[in-house]
Amino acid sequence: MFSELPLLSLLIWTPIVGGGLVLLTGGDKNSLEAKVIALLISIVTFGLSLPLWSNFDATTAVMQFPEWHKWIEISSFKVNYHLGVDGISMPLIVLTTFTTVLVVLAGWEVIKTKTAQYLAAFLIMEGLMIGVFSALDAMLFYVFWEAMLIPMFIVIGIWGGPRRVYATIKFFLYTFFGSVFMLVALIYMFFQADSFAILDLHVLKLDLTEQILIFIAFLLAFAVKVPMWPVHTWLPDAHVEAPTGGSVILAAIMLKLGAYGFLRFSLPITPDASSVLDGMMIALSLIAVIYIGFVALVQQDMKKLIAYSSISHMGFVTLGFFLAFTIYDNTGSWSGAALGIEGAMVQMISHGFVSGAMFLSVGVLYDRLHSREISDYGGVVNTMPVFAAFAILFAMANAGLPGTSGFVGEFMVILSAFHANFWYAFLAATTLIIGAAYTLWMVKRVYFGEVANDNVAKLKDLNSREFIILGLLAIAVLALGVYPAPLLEVMGPTVDNLLQHIGQSKL
Amino acid sequence: MDDMKDIYLLIVLAPLLGSAIAGLFGKYIGRSGAHWVTIIGVATSTILSLIVFKDIVIDGAPVFNETIYTWMVVDGVRFEVGFLVDSLTAMMMVVVTFVSLMVHIYTIGYMHDDPGYQRFFSYISLFTFSMLMLVMANNFMQLFFGWEAVGLVSYLLIGFWYKKPTAIYANLKAFLVNRVGDFGFLLGIAAVLMYFNSLDYADVFAAAPLMQDMTMQVIPGQDWSLMAVIGILLFIGAMGKSAQVPLHVWLPDSMEGPTPISALIHAATMVTAGIFMVARMSPLYELSETALSVILVIGSITALFMGLLGIVQNDIKRVVAYSTLSQLGYMVVALGASAYAAGVFHLMTHAFFKALLFLAAGSVIIAMHHEQDMRNMGGLKKYMPITYWTMLIGSLALIGFPGFAGFFSKDAIIEAVHHSEIAGAGFAYFSVVVGVFITAFYSFRMFFLVFHGKERMDEHTRSHIHESPWVVTVPLIALAIPSIIIGAIYIGPMLFGDFFTGAIFVLPEHDVLGEIGQGYSGWGGFILHGMQGIAVYLALAGAGAAWYLYMKRPDIPTMFKEKLSIVYKVLDNKYGFDDFNEKFFAGGSRRLGGALWGVGDVKIIDGFVVNGTAKGVVWLAGVLRNLQSGFLYHYAFAMIIGLLLLIILFVMTIG
Repeated sequence: MFSELPLLSLLIWTPIVGGGLVLLTGGDKNSLEAKVIALLISIVTFGLSLPLWSNFDATTAVMQFPEWHKWIEISSFKVNYHLGVDGISMPLIVLTTFTTVLVVLAGWEVIKTKTAQYLAAFLIMEGLMIGVFSALDAMLFYVFWEAMLIPMFIVIGIWGGPRRVYATIKFFLYTFFGSVFMLVALIYMFFQADSFAILDLHVLKLDLTEQILIFIAFLLAFAVKVPMWPVHTWLPDAHVEAPTGGSVILAAIMLKLGAYGFLRFSLPITPDASSVLDGMMIALSLIAVIYIGFVALVQQDMKKLIAYSSISHMGFVTLGFFLAFTIYDNTGSWSGAALGIEGAMVQMISHGFVSGAMFLSVGVLYDRLHSREISDYGGVVNTMPVFAAFAILFAMANAGLPGTSGFVGEFMVILSAFHANFWYAFLAATTLIIGAAYTLWMVKRVYFGEVANDNVAKLKDLNSREFIILGLLAIAVLALGVYPAPLLEVMGPTVDNLLQHIGQSKL
Repeated sequence: MDDMKDIYLLIVLAPLLGSAIAGLFGKYIGRSGAHWVTIIGVATSTILSLIVFKDIVIDGAPVFNETIYTWMVVDGVRFEVGFLVDSLTAMMMVVVTFVSLMVHIYTIGYMHDDPGYQRFFSYISLFTFSMLMLVMANNFMQLFFGWEAVGLVSYLLIGFWYKKPTAIYANLKAFLVNRVGDFGFLLGIAAVLMYFNSLDYADVFAAAPLMQDMTMQVIPGQDWSLMAVIGILLFIGAMGKSAQVPLHVWLPDSMEGPTPISALIHAATMVTAGIFMVARMSPLYELSETALSVILVIGSITALFMGLLGIVQNDIKRVVAYSTLSQLGYMVVALGASAYAAGVFHLMTHAFFKALLFLAAGSVIIAMHHEQDMRNMGGLKKYMPITYWTMLIGSLALIGFPGFAGFFSKDAIIEAVHHSEIAGAGFAYFSVVVGVFITAFYSFRMFFLVFHGKERMDEHTRSHIHESPWVVTVPLIALAIPSIIIGAIYIGPMLFGDFFTGAIFVLPEHDVLGEIGQGYSGWGGFILHGMQGIAVYLALAGAGAAWYLYMKRPDIPTMFKEKLSIVYKVLDNKYGFDDFNEKFFAGGSRRLGGALWGVGDVKIIDGFVVNGTAKGVVWLAGVLRNLQSGFLYHYAFAMIIGLLLLIILFVMTIG
């Protein structure tokens, strides 16, 4: 029944048009209506993404649910409205629709000013992000990619904390700076290929110099978004100032866009440059894992700590992507390379759940005491036992405990890294210790111990809305940890195809 | 075969279900609901485990090795969850479920007044599930799952009294130190996957002999034996879990947790996971004498030096904790000497008598109103006869008094090391023999200080001392029985028979137990043979010395403490491991993190590059702004200059 429907277009435009509807309820006059409409739209969008999963053919790597329309045609300059998903993008779209429902719920009682606008921003952002994941035309991709910045800019700038202006400008300039180079690269390739179709660019012949320049242009755009060390310093500021919902979307989805870019553009379009520069990518990833891990250890602000932990975890994603070439050089076969890339992709999904959950947990505390400082808390478990149980579960997932989603990706990437080089695996595996140290040390200081002060003594445990949000995430974290097979089944053929593709030099 | 699969699933899932009910609905089912549901779960597992033990060990049913479900398939490698049940597993299942059941029952008494009653039952049942997953695994991934899951429960239980600062310090420390071990363990698993392209035990063990001469380069240009690398990496995991020097530091602190879990997790079961793992991996370890030698030396250091620390402890639980460390050292020594069966045999006897000792210590602690300092005890014998006698049985088993369970297993280890030719065996033999004296000395020092001599507690405490209720004493008695007889029963089949055939693999040239077994003629003969060795007399001498020094001449230990204050200080500081770790690793990490953040992120990246660029743009804008003076002739002048430059450029390119 869904095969005739333009599912992807529906997924993009339902929340965007819905966001417009929410705006029509007008400011704060009818905030309850705004909230109900927004929730319904987010749930409908999530519902629409389910047939995407159930009707997905997990035996092939071709683009599914394709849509193609002419869009802009000025002389030879052609941009098409071209959509489609494969095993890489489909799970990310489902993650986006799932997370948006939670974010709408999370803002329910918390956002008191300009509620309609707040919710509309998130719905529009949802549509744009799905657009990024499903665009098969590079220019369409670029339009969604840049447009998506605007709602996030607004969310942080209006509903953010005291230093929100500094944070928004830093966020905007950083990401915009990166994107311009991508635009240049895309236009350059258009003149070579006479097409913006991403799949055409995959097979476009490019010599090594061209590839390296294009790779670096993409790298600037994607590395900022992931973010990779050393272009990561916008993220802690953005997270600290953003409202809870903003942080959740930022961590759960937006960071994934950068990583997605590496898979969709860098690796297949410039395989030879990737192979030449993979050492640098691995080095930057390992620096992110270790350096940022130590930085996370000394943070006093919970959101900053989780932001740094995000960067460190995203290091595993970029590490997993770029192991393939070294594995081939070291062992003479591609065996173990898929483990790295699929591990990185699982890590992306898992990080969406876990970091989202951790930011929501900080939100739960912040809504009550209006502080994110670790030192303002202590002994929270005494007054909020149910919440503490959730928080410890998510902390364990963040520390990569087997049985939770946090384990799966890290485990796979470390196994893959060993194929490439003992020391890569060695350095990556230090996260077992560092990750546990910063996460559990925070847990100790915030949740355990005697009740630290009167404010903590007055804390009320989760209400049913918060319980549902955290409960859904807990189920997701455990389900993916206990039974990741379905997710990997979806990813498998696409990754195999990608590996086959990057294994063939374009030179 | 299919119904067996259901039985194994039930064995594993019954405690998990009990745990989930007690944990999630504890509020609704109440205290007795929580202990009933978990006890029924664990009792189910215990009974079924005994049936499985009978099937596999006594009736010789075939080994069970099947997949339950496929966790994931990547790159053609199947990651599965499945069970391998052979004699080794069956024995572990019985030990784990039986001790766990005893501890569940005991907890009803011990935690009677605790507000976290339901939570506690939920945790210990969850532990039972995790430990069963660990011992029943048929592949490395599930082993790692169980490995870390027991670590999680240990973390939760050490910090059970989360208001106590020492408890939440200890649980964080335990988790992190274990993670250091797991770090090595995970790398070992990664090595297995890379070279065997499978994580299934059966596949790996079958292919292992072909890989014996394979090398890998950890340091470029240096060829190291693959089996040695894998063996040592996996053993690092065992060092964390089974608390071997230098990763032993968490175990004494873990005594901050409630006593029932000290018995279950930190004595009988979880800490022996490393021993079990190495025994399970015997087909791999047999292929590397280097790895065996490392194991032997680490084990002997732990056996000897941790025992010494037991002498200076005043906290009753810490004495037992250091004795656990030292006994784990014995087991590891046995593994290093290729006497895996002896290590596992000692694991089994130790599980019973050490759980007994902890639970008896707990019984004393309840009677003393949660006083753990032995300096405030004494003369408890007449108040607590059952605790007294069971503690005596446990102590005799621990020191290896002839006929008791510990005698057989410990003597077998000493004999095995004596016959071993692995590098380091000489030192190991010295350690385990001297260790016998030390073990007997601190055990009976504790025994006399607690039960004999002057009553040193205050009058109020003294007037309330009474024997513990039946839920406490019944488990003590139930554990005392195997502490006496289990050694005599199983020494024949386990060490010299075919109990472990097919489960543990030993190369003929390493088969020290086989050598000893040639002269074996029943357990009675083994006792007689033991009486001709030195160990028994060292044990008696140790107990005698304890009696003389702490009952007869208590002035001598005090004098020692003063005269040999340096030695005492070194022991009291536990050789300085804790200080070093705290200063170097914990402090160092915090300083490094602070520097990377303060200098790297804030000063260089943000201060210099990011904000510097922004400032640069502002400065440039300021300069450029000067150009917009508003005077027409400025603009005209600029235009002329520009035009001139363009012409020059044009001429030059044409030329």
